[in-house]
Amino acid sequence: MMQNETQALGNGRRIGEVVLDLQNISLAFGGVKALTDISFNVREHEIRAIIGPNGAGKSSMLNVINGVYTPQQGRITFDGNAFAKMSPRRAAEMGVARTFQNLALFKGMSVLENIMTGRNLRMKSGLFAQALRLGSAEREEIAHREYVENIIDFLEIQAYRKTPVGRLSYGLQKRVDLGRALAMEPRLLLLDEPMAGMNIEEKQDMSRFILDVNDEFGTTIVLIEHDMGVVMDISDRVVVLDYGKKIGDGTPDEVRQNEDVIRAYLGVSH
Amino acid sequence: MSFFLETLFGGLMSGMLYSLIGLGFVLIFKASGVFNFAQGAMVLVAALSMARFSSWIPHWLGFENLILANVLAFAASAVVMWLMAWAIERLVLRHLVNQEATTLLMATLGIAYFLEGIGQIAFGSSVYSINVGMPKDPAFILDSIFEGGLLINLEDLTAALISALLVAALALFFQVTATGRALRAVADDHQAAQSIGIPLNKIWVIVWTVAGLVALVAGIIWGSKFGVQFTLATATLRALPVVILGGLTSVPGAIIGGLIIGVGEKLSEVYIGPMVGGGIEIWFAYVLALVFLLFRPQGLFGEKIIDRV
Repeated sequence: MMQNETQALGNGRRIGEVVLDLQNISLAFGGVKALTDISFNVREHEIRAIIGPNGAGKSSMLNVINGVYTPQQGRITFDGNAFAKMSPRRAAEMGVARTFQNLALFKGMSVLENIMTGRNLRMKSGLFAQALRLGSAEREEIAHREYVENIIDFLEIQAYRKTPVGRLSYGLQKRVDLGRALAMEPRLLLLDEPMAGMNIEEKQDMSRFILDVNDEFGTTIVLIEHDMGVVMDISDRVVVLDYGKKIGDGTPDEVRQNEDVIRAYLGVSH
Repeated sequence: MSFFLETLFGGLMSGMLYSLIGLGFVLIFKASGVFNFAQGAMVLVAALSMARFSSWIPHWLGFENLILANVLAFAASAVVMWLMAWAIERLVLRHLVNQEATTLLMATLGIAYFLEGIGQIAFGSSVYSINVGMPKDPAFILDSIFEGGLLINLEDLTAALISALLVAALALFFQVTATGRALRAVADDHQAAQSIGIPLNKIWVIVWTVAGLVALVAGIIWGSKFGVQFTLATATLRALPVVILGGLTSVPGAIIGGLIIGVGEKLSEVYIGPMVGGGIEIWFAYVLALVFLLFRPQGLFGEKIIDRV
């Protein structure tokens, strides 16, 4: 079923130019090499997966794109601008949003407020206008609220709008995390193990949302997973990492046939 | 009856002062997850700056107008608090992003000692007075109901009103503005806040400045009542039970916690004191805080701590 859906989307969707290009990225923490000489690119509107066994460097890769880590070597080109260093703030301004592997929601806030924070960069009114609830600030807040309500409808969490996020189930919290990222209207969405710790039903829901986001908003998506099954179903192209090195890159089918990949995942007899 | 009411009012008003200092803790804790041990030192620096500038500025500019002098001194002190907030962010907090809460707590302990030292260097170490023209006379109210009326200290009443206004403004700011929401977001999760483009550095400067202004108001009220001296820095310890009672994350909690402690101290001193030989006022707050830690560690209004097992 999942396969058919992907096919249908794949046909209708136009994959564009390279939007993110990573060249020879190396990252080390002290003597530990997390990433070694990794190059790959992401095209506009595609779903690009980064997979690999635990400790392969997937999260480090994501944190490099997001600007949390600065690689010692290599070059990142996003949207035609090349740079060696990125900060999370700058990444956010350039339209890169992310979700987190371990939930990083704002626990003291409701679902609605959590997603509203995603609009932060687009809020223009000054501190005083907000505090005094001046007309312009009020109108701005209402416009953002409308956008957020659409996201809430899209993710089917209307019933939990005012619920503090801490009370929601794990699967629903993951959706709120996705909602907050979507509220930024990102060009590039980074998903850090969006399905980790979910049951099959929750995984199917999440796959559907990822495909819908990609399809309806045209958002380019980079996602990390170590569950190969789901990834192969929804991705256009897959990068495989192992011990910080790239061992495979291509369509899901190509990657599945790749001997290095099979060896990394299944082991090899000596 | 009228004696009881007078004691109660006295308690409420001294409680308001505890509330203000507690409020400083809550603001910084809410927005940066830091238990700011330097809050008392901030009150001291603010009060010193207010006291000194209000006597320096008329001297420098050669005028004698109490109101103008106080307004200018308040502005100058606000700038001092902003500079302090900026320096703390620049020199300390910026380097401790995503660190453990304990690390940050230790850093604020260092800030506390540093502020006490720099305060003495900049403003001198004598005892100063602040005169903002608060009414000093007592007043009698409700004399139609009670014989002789109730004795109310007008200075305390003014201070309580100012505090109440400040608190209402802050609560509104946190709950309804987008910046308030960003502040709460930073309090909950640094990394996630960064990922949605909330500038941590700017938020921290804002929140430490606001806490500095609260400290300034507390310092002025305290200073005009008791004079400005270095024991003010130990106000941190007086306010600790307030935030334990009210909950570290709750603005209304800090207010009500302060009031309960103020009233509790006065009433227990007057009514239970004679039975045990007095001195209850000194330890009452801490014992109350201990009881709360045993039975309700999150305080009256704090967020309940729930951990998944």
